[in-house]
Amino acid sequence: MTDTKTLIRLSAARLAEKLAAGEVTSVEVTQAYLDRIAEVDGGERGVHAFLHVNAEEALAVAAEVDAIRAAGGAEAEALHVLAGVPIAVKDLIVTIGQPTTAGSKILEGWHSPYDATVVERLRAAKMPILGKTNLDEFAMGSSTEHSAFGPTRNPWDLDRIPGGSGGGSAAAVAAFEAPLALGTDTGGSIRQPGAVTGTVGVKPTYGSVSRYGAIAMASSLDQIGPVSRTVLDSALLHHVIGGHDSRDSTSLPDPLADLVAAAKTGNVEGMRIGIIKELHGEGYQAGVENRFNDSLEILKEAGAEIVEVSCPNFQYALGAYYLIMPSEASSNLAKFDGVRYGLRVLPEDGPMTIERVMGATRAAGFGDEVKRRIILGTYALSAGYYDAYYGSAQKVRTLVQRDFDAAFTVADVLISPTAPTTAFRLGEKLDDPLAMYLNDVATIPANLAGVPGLSLPGGLADEDGLPVGIQLLAPAREDARLYRVGAVLESLLEAKWGGPLLAQAPELAAAAGPVETLVGSQEAK
Amino acid sequence: MAAINRDDVAHLARLAHIEMSDQELDRMAGELAVIVDSVKSVSQAAGDDVPATSHPIPLSNVFREDVVGHTFTAEQALSGAPDSDDNRFKVPAILDEA
Repeated sequence: MTDTKTLIRLSAARLAEKLAAGEVTSVEVTQAYLDRIAEVDGGERGVHAFLHVNAEEALAVAAEVDAIRAAGGAEAEALHVLAGVPIAVKDLIVTIGQPTTAGSKILEGWHSPYDATVVERLRAAKMPILGKTNLDEFAMGSSTEHSAFGPTRNPWDLDRIPGGSGGGSAAAVAAFEAPLALGTDTGGSIRQPGAVTGTVGVKPTYGSVSRYGAIAMASSLDQIGPVSRTVLDSALLHHVIGGHDSRDSTSLPDPLADLVAAAKTGNVEGMRIGIIKELHGEGYQAGVENRFNDSLEILKEAGAEIVEVSCPNFQYALGAYYLIMPSEASSNLAKFDGVRYGLRVLPEDGPMTIERVMGATRAAGFGDEVKRRIILGTYALSAGYYDAYYGSAQKVRTLVQRDFDAAFTVADVLISPTAPTTAFRLGEKLDDPLAMYLNDVATIPANLAGVPGLSLPGGLADEDGLPVGIQLLAPAREDARLYRVGAVLESLLEAKWGGPLLAQAPELAAAAGPVETLVGSQEAK
Repeated sequence: MAAINRDDVAHLARLAHIEMSDQELDRMAGELAVIVDSVKSVSQAAGDDVPATSHPIPLSNVFREDVVGHTFTAEQALSGAPDSDDNRFKVPAILDEA
């Protein structure tokens, strides 16, 4: 019998082994996580990673897995390796039986009539869903402060941001409130939160994980991916959610590579790892740069060949992203019109026409950042500006892809810091949108080009003791390389630290207030 | 490229169907001017010979079998609607009759 404090700190892979061996039940594991959520997530100083906790359904799924295991036979044999391992889901991904808010007032209390494909696959694998995690409204932000339901706090320092937009998923995993989570990454929303919380996050190749049921921000950039505490755990989860889906017309028909085997390869000898000249140095915090250099040193010692590559057009990537993303978002968010779902606000006076109802609904339902991006996108797409803005940005996209193509002729995998800084303070960049955007400078090129990226913990920055993320990038459809290099780097770093980086995170005190997830409490009113 | 001003923002807000107060328009115009200024280098980055990329990994002619798949019942489709009547979405007046 493992005590619950130890249980919640085990990796998903280790939990799966213990479940299969009958050393622990899924109900025990699921309850241990629900207890942890109750202990650290609520109240004034709680982590606030969750918008909704799904205790009843999660425990029912756990009990079902336990019953199947106890009965033995063919059904028990056929259980997925992660059966009974709980997971949290970013609240941008639709789920039957739980509210989906996208972190927005415009969808408050809305229940989806269908499951996202990735959620169907979690259910097929019989993974108990612990709840829905907090995010910047419609995934627009790098700090989770743009959530309409209040920010999530970074478990390493409760006064700092957990990254964004998927700060809830990363913080839940970092605070041992879940062993695994799903995120979405449009410009770094899985990888940057991973970097600042000392966790692992993967943006798969565009189209390799179905986007059906992920509320779209920028359709040509959005990608669902795994969030975890170890590289192997992300590979295991990636394997559950990946593969073709006929309901997503951008879904790649390719068969899924054996990512779990890649994570278990155990060597990087002879692999060429390319430092991207433009993605480190000036503008990057000294402590980030130091940990980045440590990782290069370790990879070199492990037999990898370190080369330098130049991607000169990356200097335009951030600008191109902030034209393409708002353009697509302004179009995608037009569907929130106060008619088919969500909020409807009537104008205070005057005629009750649909135009005026829409204007009032969207004014009340959307937060500032969402409005900013819709207006920016409408501008970039408007007559007279289209060629100069959206058209030019799409050309930059071609240039960024060409830079990647050239870099991958001399390197098998590229490497950079995931974010230029460690976690900044809550509120620090809230009134300066541009400063906030700059935090995504290293993650955005992968989204523009559709290539996969992985962020893993690279240690703590000297000046503030906060986690630093290391980003690995591979050519499209070569996600397996990320897991191979990532797992080797992780094991060598952990050997150096004497254990996982998260073991160095401060103990979280029990939260001062009751667990009252915001969405739940709103409904209760 | 021209800078974005308050009148532009007011026009764009109307196009995007978002009501904005005078105060909001002023603030948004200032913020957007900074953002637009920061992205303007993009228009000089690529020459005329560079093709546009709309999609990172293009797939063409994505078809499926022409068979009836899953469909929602009217009740499911209307379950999140703010107003409905007789199995239909109920929409405020389309024409201004005031």
